[in-house]
Amino acid sequence: MRRFLARNAPAYIFLSPWLLGFFLLALGPILASLYLSFTRYDMVSAPRWVGFDNYSYMFTRDRRFWKALEVTFTYVALAVPARLIMALGVAMLLDKGLRTIGLYRAIFYLPSLLGASIAIAILWRQLFEANGVVNQVLAYFGIQGISWITNPDTSLYTLVILAMWQFGSPMLIFLAGLRGIPRDLYEAAEIDGTPRWRQFTRITLPLLAPVIFFNLVLQTIESFKTFSSAFIISNGTGAPADSLLFYTVYLFNEAFKFFRMGYASALAWVLLIIIAVFTAIAFFTSKYWVHYENERD
Amino acid sequence: MAGLTLRNVGKRYGALSVIQGLNLDIHDGEFLVLVGPSGCGKSTLLRMIAGLEDISEGTVAIGTKVVNDLPASKRELSMVFQSYALYPHMSVAKNLAFGLQNFKVPKAEVERRVADAARILQIEKLMDRKPRQLSGGQKQRVAIGRAIVREPQLFLFDEPLSNLDAELRVQMRAELASLYTRLGTTMIYVTHDQVEAMTMATRIVVLRAGKIEQVGTPQELYTRPQNLFVAGFIGSPKINMFKADCVHQNGQSMASLPGLAPFAIPDLPTSDKTLTICVRPADVHIGWGEITLPGTIRLVEYLGSETLLHIALASGQVLLVSDNSRAHFHMGEAVSLGFNLADLHYFDSAGLRIEPSQTSLMNASQYERQIQ
Repeated sequence: MRRFLARNAPAYIFLSPWLLGFFLLALGPILASLYLSFTRYDMVSAPRWVGFDNYSYMFTRDRRFWKALEVTFTYVALAVPARLIMALGVAMLLDKGLRTIGLYRAIFYLPSLLGASIAIAILWRQLFEANGVVNQVLAYFGIQGISWITNPDTSLYTLVILAMWQFGSPMLIFLAGLRGIPRDLYEAAEIDGTPRWRQFTRITLPLLAPVIFFNLVLQTIESFKTFSSAFIISNGTGAPADSLLFYTVYLFNEAFKFFRMGYASALAWVLLIIIAVFTAIAFFTSKYWVHYENERD
Repeated sequence: MAGLTLRNVGKRYGALSVIQGLNLDIHDGEFLVLVGPSGCGKSTLLRMIAGLEDISEGTVAIGTKVVNDLPASKRELSMVFQSYALYPHMSVAKNLAFGLQNFKVPKAEVERRVADAARILQIEKLMDRKPRQLSGGQKQRVAIGRAIVREPQLFLFDEPLSNLDAELRVQMRAELASLYTRLGTTMIYVTHDQVEAMTMATRIVVLRAGKIEQVGTPQELYTRPQNLFVAGFIGSPKINMFKADCVHQNGQSMASLPGLAPFAIPDLPTSDKTLTICVRPADVHIGWGEITLPGTIRLVEYLGSETLLHIALASGQVLLVSDNSRAHFHMGEAVSLGFNLADLHYFDSAGLRIEPSQTSLMNASQYERQIQ
């Protein structure tokens, strides 16, 4: 024990800020919220143990919970593929055309840095409002636009478009992945008469599979957690007609508007389990479609 | 099968010119090796023939057809890459069949050709493996197999053996040579290794800085190098070179090396006073020869079949001697070196070969015998 300490003490000393942060700011609250999810707690009086009441209410009687799930699942199903396709497309353009121009990569990454910010969400509102930029452009072509954001049929899609526009970080990862595919393979394919599309499906996609997988998992988790854009655009309510009632927006309102901390904690744990299940499914299926170059046999 | 004609071929990257005005006729069915130091443009030239690089100037014709604007896939050629370029996610069998499927070859025919290639290259047992499960030599075989199944009219090889260890390289060299004999297809092979070039080629093209230095059979390049560069590049161990002053005494041309008595050389058709005289290590003998010089052994490298001696002359210049007499030598030992006048190569101040006439060669030999 003494030897262990002597050998590792400096490491723990250097790690201590992170360890403190992890235990006090992450693990502590996580465990606390697990406890709170089995209580009724309004932040004024002490938490009262209610067993599985929060969970049974959620699944059997709370219609807004199901609505929030529906909105979030629809969003994830649309936004993740849309963003990944956009990211891969731009990465391929950059890989082919602008190989040496680092500035362009920075510019292309900018939306991702800005994308999650409040300012962009406000900008998005102004783009898609009844008399916003989009409708002004449409009017120029003689088309009468609707108020995209306040119409429950279209509001979610404006957020999908916003998600697509925030392609920067998966794009950079795709770009690195594309650079990792040896040129020789394309040259060999070229000599072997492989058409471009077949080069893409038979060489690029299979060799990029580990990166696609990584991006898919990361973006799925990100999308389930989408909050600020939906919160700003719906004025924090999930309106119109709960069409922007993202799971996190609902959770936020339960916690900080109605001070139902116990119920909000239960919602948070259900979201965690949903994300865990999706991630597990992705990992489980990956062995059928992800090829790793240095895999052990 | 087809020959290949290059006319005034040039390659420029912006202002940088890497190949200039290159003319070459490659005959149908020959094994042509492009050899030269790194950066000489040999790989670029091969890639231009393959269709992987644009041709900046001149024309490349396969058979009688100019292919400058023809895409790589339409040139009916196969290429083996230095990195092998095997598709890592496909099995060996799929790697072999992939190209044929692009050309819509019927399935039965694909299977026949893949099986044939696998048999020729002895990779039948590896067909279900992925490239990462193969050794370097096996990967190389699969890469060659992928080239064979196409049944092309031209094979291109870009330094295919440089990633293999020495022993395997020797083995693959022999296999490639026998494959060539078996298929009889025109092959163009790029290497920086002059041993590979000498052992496999029917003809060798020596390139330097984007220009052809000499084209010839391995024997021609070894026995009659056209310039100092080729003399130094071809042959291992490397040829010995001396700067010599050329003088006339009593109607006889004489060469004098620093610190040594002048010796007779044949009359040469040049007015240059300073020449470079070269002699291959295998043409220098210990103790005998028309001309003899004293020297001291500096280093003995025993190679089994021969002994490589580094011998310092009186001038301090070190001469390499390849001796296969199986005699024992010691460092510091004083020896007498000898060579025959017919084995010397002469180059003028511009580095170009000067050929003495047979008569003048005999005269010089006679002169030497008289004074000894």
